[in-house]
Amino acid sequence: MLNPVIDEDGAPFWEFTARGELRIQACAEEDCGELRFPPRPCCPHCQSFATEWRLMSGRGRIWSYVLPHPPLLPDYAAQAPYNAVLVELADAPRIRLAGNVVTAPDAPLNSLDPARLRIGAPVRVAFTEIDGVAVPRWLLERG
Amino acid sequence: MLKDATAIVGIGQTAFAKQLPETEKALACRAILAALDDAGIAPSEVDAFASYTMEETDEVEVAKAIGAGDVTFFSKVGYGGGGSCATVGHLAAAVATGQASVGVAWRSRKRGSGPRPWKNTAVQLPTPGQWTRPYGLLRPADEIGMLARRYMHEYGATRDHLFNVALACRNRANQNPAAIMYERPLTREMYMTSRWISEPLCLFDNCLETDGALACVVVSAARARDCRQKPVYVHSAAQGLPAQHHGMVNYWNDDPLTGPAWTAARHLWKTADFGPQDVDVAQIYDAFTPLIPLSLEGYGFCGRGEGAAFTEGGALELGGRLPLNTGGGGLSEAYVHGFNLITEGVKQLRGTSTAQVPSAATCLVTAGEGVPTSALLLRS
Ligand SMILES: [Zn+2]
Repeated sequence: MLNPVIDEDGAPFWEFTARGELRIQACAEEDCGELRFPPRPCCPHCQSFATEWRLMSGRGRIWSYVLPHPPLLPDYAAQAPYNAVLVELADAPRIRLAGNVVTAPDAPLNSLDPARLRIGAPVRVAFTEIDGVAVPRWLLERG
Repeated sequence: MLKDATAIVGIGQTAFAKQLPETEKALACRAILAALDDAGIAPSEVDAFASYTMEETDEVEVAKAIGAGDVTFFSKVGYGGGGSCATVGHLAAAVATGQASVGVAWRSRKRGSGPRPWKNTAVQLPTPGQWTRPYGLLRPADEIGMLARRYMHEYGATRDHLFNVALACRNRANQNPAAIMYERPLTREMYMTSRWISEPLCLFDNCLETDGALACVVVSAARARDCRQKPVYVHSAAQGLPAQHHGMVNYWNDDPLTGPAWTAARHLWKTADFGPQDVDVAQIYDAFTPLIPLSLEGYGFCGRGEGAAFTEGGALELGGRLPLNTGGGGLSEAYVHGFNLITEGVKQLRGTSTAQVPSAATCLVTAGEGVPTSALLLRS
């Protein structure tokens, strides 16, 4: 599997996931506070470099999804077809995180019957550790 | 002003195939020399080069190999397939402002027999790789499939709409002996029963992997009158990198379904003497079928959400409202990062296409949508 190749801007995200927290970068300027993703050095709204990482509820909805089939990299081909989704966060609908919907945090990428996926379906975050990195996974609400 | 100040006066290409024996450098030189010969201009007169990234043959090698003279302008546009039309735009600007007099743009590619970029696991760009690759969004088809699913959900677009796009391109390729899909018709049944690549995209929603090279020659309008071929004028040129855009994975934009095409289009039409309703034929970047409805909306041929319905009733076929990709496009002629769309646009305005639109006088050509892009309006 491909582990996240972490850059300086993104590092805090992964430090928080290691603690089981989903946090999104926000402007720390008093009268701004805009969330932004992917992380970057300064705020596109007010150009401030002051940042904080705001805790999210971990709830969201499926914005879209694909079911990749081979040819794929070997580790992914072994689980194909699997789902890859975009989740729009309940706390910040314009922030959309890529991920996978699975039946349990450590379950394989193809553990969920694709027939259960639909745009708009509510999901919540969980974390699984892959090679020392806590990676977010998504579970369907109510089951 | 750029408007009609320059013209494309030469085009050249190699054969297209799944596998060609020559190197990318050799293919590039063959295409460029063919384009110069088409124009009737000696290689020693070339003083400008423009290319775009993911091109492995650089201008130093090309200039040396073909016997160019002193070169006073060279540029390389970023973002792969989004840069195809920008090469002509850059050359037109250089020639129009007197920085050079004879410009060459080219694309050489061994994608059919060479490596796929997404298979490179050693080099993972930190952004966006960090936010998508671990989840198995590995290939451009997966990234565009994500937008396609959402587009279908929001606007009621169906696989039949995507098939309309694939079919129009294939029908034109069936008329083009140089196309990889010459004499290989496509049916709705073949489309609907083909294997998935990334649901909702199937095999026929994806472009061809191709070996081949193409080139074109740009000179001033005054010089163009003395060339061998009928000049094809660069009427308008634009690039587009929208606010808050994120290459390939535009998911973090406020509105991911309005991509770089919208930005390029605004400038393209602003500097043109005509509008979308006056375009006789279009060559729209088709690495994947969903890029066509999205681009039709972006370039103003229809309203937001109407791109899929636009494809109905044979609109993209010869004789339709907007004949599309008349050489077969990336889906069915050859996928050489869109450069064949430029040369096909030139053929249409010369009146020499294998699927000629009667008395075509205006043509839109676009580059890769979904990445920072570029576009051209050509006229005869
Ligand atoms: Zn701010």
